Amino acid sequence: MATQKRTVDVALATTGVDAQGRPQRVPLVTADDGSSVAVEAPPAVEPELAEEHMLINIGPQHPATHGVLRLVLELDGETVVRCIPHVGYLHCGFEKIGEYRQYNQIVPWTDREDYLNSIGNNCAFALGAERLFGVDITPRCTVLRVIAMELSRIISHLVWLGTTCIDIGAFTPFLWSFQRREQVYDLLESWVGARLTTSATRVGGMAADIPDGWIDGLRSFVRSFPSTIDEVDRMLTKNAIWVGRTVGLGVMTPEEAVNYGLSGPMVRASGVAYDVRKDFPYLDYETYDFDVPVGTNGDVYDRYLVRMEEMRQSVRILEQAANRLPDGPVNVDDPRLILPPKSKATSEMESMIHHFKLVMEGPRPPIGEAYVAIESPKGEKGYYMVSDGTSKPVRWRIRPPSFVNLSAISKMVEGHLLSDVIAINASIDIVMGEIDR
Amino acid sequence: MTAPFEIHHPGSADRNAPAPVSPRQVPHRGGAENPSAAQIKAKFGAAVRRIDVVWGETTVVVAPETVLDVIRWLHDDPSQQYDYLSDVTGVEFRDLEQPVEVVWHLRSLPHRRFLRVKVQLTKNRPLEVPSVWSIYKAADWMERECYDMFGIRFVGHPDLRRILMWEQYREGFPLRKDFPLRGRFSRAEQLRQALAANPEARYSLEELSIADAFEDLPTDMRQRLRGGERTGE
Amino acid sequence: MGLTNRPERRVVEYDPRSQEGWVATRLDFLVNWGRANSLWPMPFGTACCAIEFMATAASRFDLARFGMERMSFSPRQADVLICAGRVPFKLAPVIRRIWQQMAQPKWAISMGACASSGGMFDNYAVVQGIDTIIPVDVYVPGCPPRPEGLMYGIMMLQEKVKRERMNDSALRNEMEPDPRSQLYIPAPTINELSEPFGNSVHQTRSGL
Repeated sequence: MATQKRTVDVALATTGVDAQGRPQRVPLVTADDGSSVAVEAPPAVEPELAEEHMLINIGPQHPATHGVLRLVLELDGETVVRCIPHVGYLHCGFEKIGEYRQYNQIVPWTDREDYLNSIGNNCAFALGAERLFGVDITPRCTVLRVIAMELSRIISHLVWLGTTCIDIGAFTPFLWSFQRREQVYDLLESWVGARLTTSATRVGGMAADIPDGWIDGLRSFVRSFPSTIDEVDRMLTKNAIWVGRTVGLGVMTPEEAVNYGLSGPMVRASGVAYDVRKDFPYLDYETYDFDVPVGTNGDVYDRYLVRMEEMRQSVRILEQAANRLPDGPVNVDDPRLILPPKSKATSEMESMIHHFKLVMEGPRPPIGEAYVAIESPKGEKGYYMVSDGTSKPVRWRIRPPSFVNLSAISKMVEGHLLSDVIAINASIDIVMGEIDR
Repeated sequence: MTAPFEIHHPGSADRNAPAPVSPRQVPHRGGAENPSAAQIKAKFGAAVRRIDVVWGETTVVVAPETVLDVIRWLHDDPSQQYDYLSDVTGVEFRDLEQPVEVVWHLRSLPHRRFLRVKVQLTKNRPLEVPSVWSIYKAADWMERECYDMFGIRFVGHPDLRRILMWEQYREGFPLRKDFPLRGRFSRAEQLRQALAANPEARYSLEELSIADAFEDLPTDMRQRLRGGERTGE
Repeated sequence: MGLTNRPERRVVEYDPRSQEGWVATRLDFLVNWGRANSLWPMPFGTACCAIEFMATAASRFDLARFGMERMSFSPRQADVLICAGRVPFKLAPVIRRIWQQMAQPKWAISMGACASSGGMFDNYAVVQGIDTIIPVDVYVPGCPPRPEGLMYGIMMLQEKVKRERMNDSALRNEMEPDPRSQLYIPAPTINELSEPFGNSVHQTRSGL
């Protein structure tokens, strides 16, 4: 980045943890002297003119609602007095159908709920199922899943970037971000065979190991990607239009953010440094050296800065993961979980029986329940599964970060103008597939 | 513009706690119990029916009458500080004799703890449980969804109506075990009922926006509009 | 590119025994050529297919070369409704209303398995194919279909548009739903179309 206006303090120990062992936080600064950019608050409503309120309806089919979201706004002129969001227009019965599928058969459904973070959801679900089964995955699988989740974070943030820019009026970053996404799609396609809906994990491992030369492709992507973030940064971060349209909008104080259950960049932009990777780690994230950007104003501009910085941090994690990828098997060596290779299944009796049981009935976990949460690009994504000893879960609950984040929209848009509603909605980074499930 | 917010660091309540690590070799039962569980037991005594540690997570099963006090104490007490509500959900088992469970997943960000609080509701009575909306605003939509999917009423919720299905949905509560996967009505009937949600044949902006929105508005707004408040036509 | 050889560019055939004159056939050709090469899509994007649709519109698989880069989010100005994604019952009246708001000539592409048949969501919440609600011209299978697949579907629609004739008066008829039930195909047909694939002969109410 050429300008020195935006400083990010990166004075850290190599493990991302300070001398007392607490994870370090990185405060984002929005101007060179450390103060935030000043913007006037929206003008107060004139009481004597506000006689009639207008009720308008945005959605469910609307280009700027990021899916089938319906917002009913009570407007006083151009100012929003009240906002009532309606969701459920994409409710497809995921949780019900999960009760009729074996654990490995549920993996394709996890792709489709948060479809921007498909492979990240696959990994999250596999972590939850493996906790329920009491299985520890191999070191190679651990690192591969970290790579998958960080790639997923990057492509999700790129969609957020492209669509938010379109909503606010800048069309070009959409094309840049989708071009970068195509490069990641190429990588994912060569690994698991699909671009978007990957279904890459299985209980106890992955569907497939990475092909030869895949890590080189990853490294070349990682080398070239930061230039895109720099370009968008140059274009938007100090742009008067962008700053004027995003600073001071949709502010959530830290106490409110925690009380409303916000997570991910929403809560971090409000000054609460809660990141599931640091606070309740999984997949050895505590051994990677990365920072967590935290904002201090809780507005749309800070959420933008947090997500941009998160993409840079994901690049750092990917570099480290690519360097430390160990050799070895990618699946655990448990015949009750992992399908035997076809050559054995057709020649050995025991393998044939395992194959039959795994395909017809599916692996059966012990009776119990587990809630495993990960840091998805949207926030705290959790899978809560209850098992009664059969191969299909009794209850498969998805804790959707966007659902909880969106519930705060009525609070965030009050008092703002109609065009700000679109900007605030874009900053929440919602995925209707996850909200409605 | 107000002054920038102060940064809150999770884990700040306990500076000497070891840095968190990824769990490995988690035992099925008998792992480390969350200290809050014993403290709840000490404070609420008989209201706590059971404490379990399954796969490293502590579950406290309490009596339905006391669950609001327990959760409020967990939120307010300075030694607990469970300030974050992750999830509110319900569970019904395949064995229909078993009670329906309502599950709260709480996190204490200052102490970096996770606790599951559960309540078991027998099915011979209407399924009712107090709402924690007054403590956590996050419960707003989560409780509405739980009502929509299970039919559990959350007493004290300001606006308990269906959220994922449309308000006039008549087939029942989808996640109950006696609700079939493909619904109770035939596909044509389901489609007929869904399409009936828009009875108007003509399209006009005012009709669509107000009439459509009317059924889904909160009660106080509906009363205001019925009472003749003009809506800018 | 693709698995099969591309069909050769056929000259669109006109029946020499028909009563169409030279002017009418030239006019047909011109009108159809204009319509086919400037279809303005109405992206009714709900889920994952919408992301692949966006990727098709982006730089690598550019839809602008088909004249379709101008997404019309207002149905009044759109030519083709591309339903990309699963449609639950709650969304059914919305897509019906949007289809009714579109002006003739209009076509519909059902993109993806969920829009075509309900896809993997054979449960209480999802419409088992939007052809039970609106008339569909092209079905694009896939979950989600690759951008190349969607483009093949769009090209199929272009071929369909080019085969239209002005003297076919029934072509632009709007399908009216039954005023009481709002269904435009009979209920037994809807039930039959929505049957689960596989062993079930009847709508078994639980299990796979």
